[in-house]
Amino acid sequence: MNKSILAIALAAGFALPALGQQITVVNFGGANANAQKKAYYEPFEKTGTKVVAVEYNGEQAKIKAMVETKKVTWDVVEVESPDVARGCDEGLFEKLDYSKIGNKADFLPAAVSDCGIGVFVWSTVMAYNGDKLKGTPTTWADFWDTKKFPGKRGMRKGARYNLEFALMADGVKTADVYKVLATKEGAERAFKKLTELKPSIQWWEAGAQPPQFLVAGDVALTTVYNGRIDAANREGKNLKIAWTGGIYDLDYWVIPKGSPNKDAALKFIAFASTPDAQAEYAKNIAYGPTNTKALAKLDAKVLGNLPTAPANAKDALQFDLKFWADQGEDLEKRFASWAAQ
Amino acid sequence: MSSVAASVSGAGDLPRQLARADRARKLRAFVLTLPLLVFLLATFLVPIAALLKRAVENPEVANALPRTVAALDGWNREGTPAPEAFAAIGADLAALPDSSDAGALARRLNSEVPGARSLVMNTFKALPLPGATPAEQQAGLLALDARWGETKYWLAIAKNGARWTPDYLLASVDLRRDAQGRVERMAPEQRAFGRILLRTFEISAIVTVWCLLLGYPLAYWLSTLPARKANVLMILVLVPFWTSILVRVAAWIVLLQSEGLVNHALMWTGLIDKPLALLFNRTGVIVAMVHILLPFMILPLYSVMKSVPGTYLRAAVSLGSPPLAAFFRVYVPQTYPGIGAGALLVFILSIGYYVTPALLGGADDQMLSYYIAQYTNVNVNWGMACALGAVLLAATLVLYALYRRVTKSELSLG
Repeated sequence: MNKSILAIALAAGFALPALGQQITVVNFGGANANAQKKAYYEPFEKTGTKVVAVEYNGEQAKIKAMVETKKVTWDVVEVESPDVARGCDEGLFEKLDYSKIGNKADFLPAAVSDCGIGVFVWSTVMAYNGDKLKGTPTTWADFWDTKKFPGKRGMRKGARYNLEFALMADGVKTADVYKVLATKEGAERAFKKLTELKPSIQWWEAGAQPPQFLVAGDVALTTVYNGRIDAANREGKNLKIAWTGGIYDLDYWVIPKGSPNKDAALKFIAFASTPDAQAEYAKNIAYGPTNTKALAKLDAKVLGNLPTAPANAKDALQFDLKFWADQGEDLEKRFASWAAQ
Repeated sequence: MSSVAASVSGAGDLPRQLARADRARKLRAFVLTLPLLVFLLATFLVPIAALLKRAVENPEVANALPRTVAALDGWNREGTPAPEAFAAIGADLAALPDSSDAGALARRLNSEVPGARSLVMNTFKALPLPGATPAEQQAGLLALDARWGETKYWLAIAKNGARWTPDYLLASVDLRRDAQGRVERMAPEQRAFGRILLRTFEISAIVTVWCLLLGYPLAYWLSTLPARKANVLMILVLVPFWTSILVRVAAWIVLLQSEGLVNHALMWTGLIDKPLALLFNRTGVIVAMVHILLPFMILPLYSVMKSVPGTYLRAAVSLGSPPLAAFFRVYVPQTYPGIGAGALLVFILSIGYYVTPALLGGADDQMLSYYIAQYTNVNVNWGMACALGAVLLAATLVLYALYRRVTKSELSLG
């Protein structure tokens, strides 16, 4: 009797995924998650697979713990670029079968990697409140100029991006930033330049903070993820971006190794990589599509806000994930040491 | 049960039966506490043991590069090693069953020498090496990546050949081993954790002092009130205590921001004419931490004060002592156990604070736990995270021992 109940329960348990399959998609939350919901999750659910959205903060430790204990409950995860290469090397992610996703040539070269495919292009840029700031800052030297633009500066707590911005403010050409930063003197120069601004810096931890700082008038200028500015402006704020010397980067979809719904996960990724879905996404938040065919489906107004628009990308720096994968831990520790001085 | 047993057997068995009954009682007591013991073992002692183990564990290089480690045995640690070592590393990398082993090796070496990650992964992807003799393989490796000619990468491999390492623990107090294995201080720009540990203690001490200054009068006042009123007011102390820390931190952001209530009120009264910077600096961290930790000071103080009879104070005053002197010389010494317990609780809880400084502090207000989280989540360098955790644990234990020494008593909550 008991055995048959158990058998029925087991059979039901195995049968369920076939009846109503569901996958867990993990994102970074906020305005970006809402755009993904509209462009990717909801349309994909119409194909019969339910999407459970989960938010995280980029902690690779969670994925590592899941993979190591072989209890993988996440099927598709959005990760930042340094983590794609690192996680792929360390065997945390499945290798992607591009024949099931699409034509590699349709995507930006940076978007295609063994374990991850680019979700969108985003940029860390300088921004200010158009209603409060007098004048128009255009370069990182302006960001450092507290006489011309008095007030606090918002910057991300950490070494990443800030060292690049410091070098550009110190007169290093955009194309040479990583070459200079890789040398001992270059790193020293970046920290020295950062020291100049230190008394004026108000550090932020989460991406939602800098637009709040600007709206509240806590800072005059800030570094910020460009999509957050777009989201604030959709709520009627007048925040402005200076695109010169912005650092653009991609987020990627990956499948944690051992995901029980690998096939459905791959189908989701393929769906989210189609030009139509990506164009819809870009309409909801100002992050650039990785599928170049999506650009043709966007009007000039949307295009003008994207980091990939020619005018915005003119003097932009591509985030060097190889450099940061090698030097990141060392530079972050040095940053902690610098901050304590 | 024992009385029934005693009545049916002879009188000579009594001591034995009593002993048996006693054993049964002890066993029952033990069985009752067993769930708690298992719980403590599983959720407290085992994780701590695992943490301490991980802080000194170093399997990556020994597992992945056994031949290379053997080949580096006689190396004088200057220049580059013999060609045999180059051949050995080629053979070792080629023998790795999975690319994830190479990834683990790359991560381990990279935390020692920045750049080792790409060096190891590039080499791994380019295998096998051309050439039959070690000298040819050395040339092949150098042609593939000239960095193999640099001493620092070989040093990192040689240094980490053992399965156990003191390096993480040394790094967590700003020390390192040089090429010959001697312990030395790190370069100035790499020294961080000593200062961060000091900062952690400094913030905790300031928070403790403020909690005592604010909590003592309040607890005293509560202890003098009739029970009904005291209970009502105690609920006011406890309600914030029961509220989520994140909620309270968010509330402080609303209050302390430059356009927030506190600044508006101060400007309205004319005390200041431009907003004070109360947030994203040390002030914000301390204000919020004092608020969150205050109940941990008030509760032990209150329970001790409740047990201090008011008659002593009255006796001192009636014998001619001025009230203030009587308070400080007669009353306060009787509350020392409460002060000790409250201060210790607040201090030890403060040491581990993470969320509050992360959200309300600047880059130089972060406490040790912030860096533990960074090594766990961002760098995925769990050895370093565990070593920092071990330092925090050791600091807490030392403080507790010190407390025992000073007060010569067990931690009592009243």
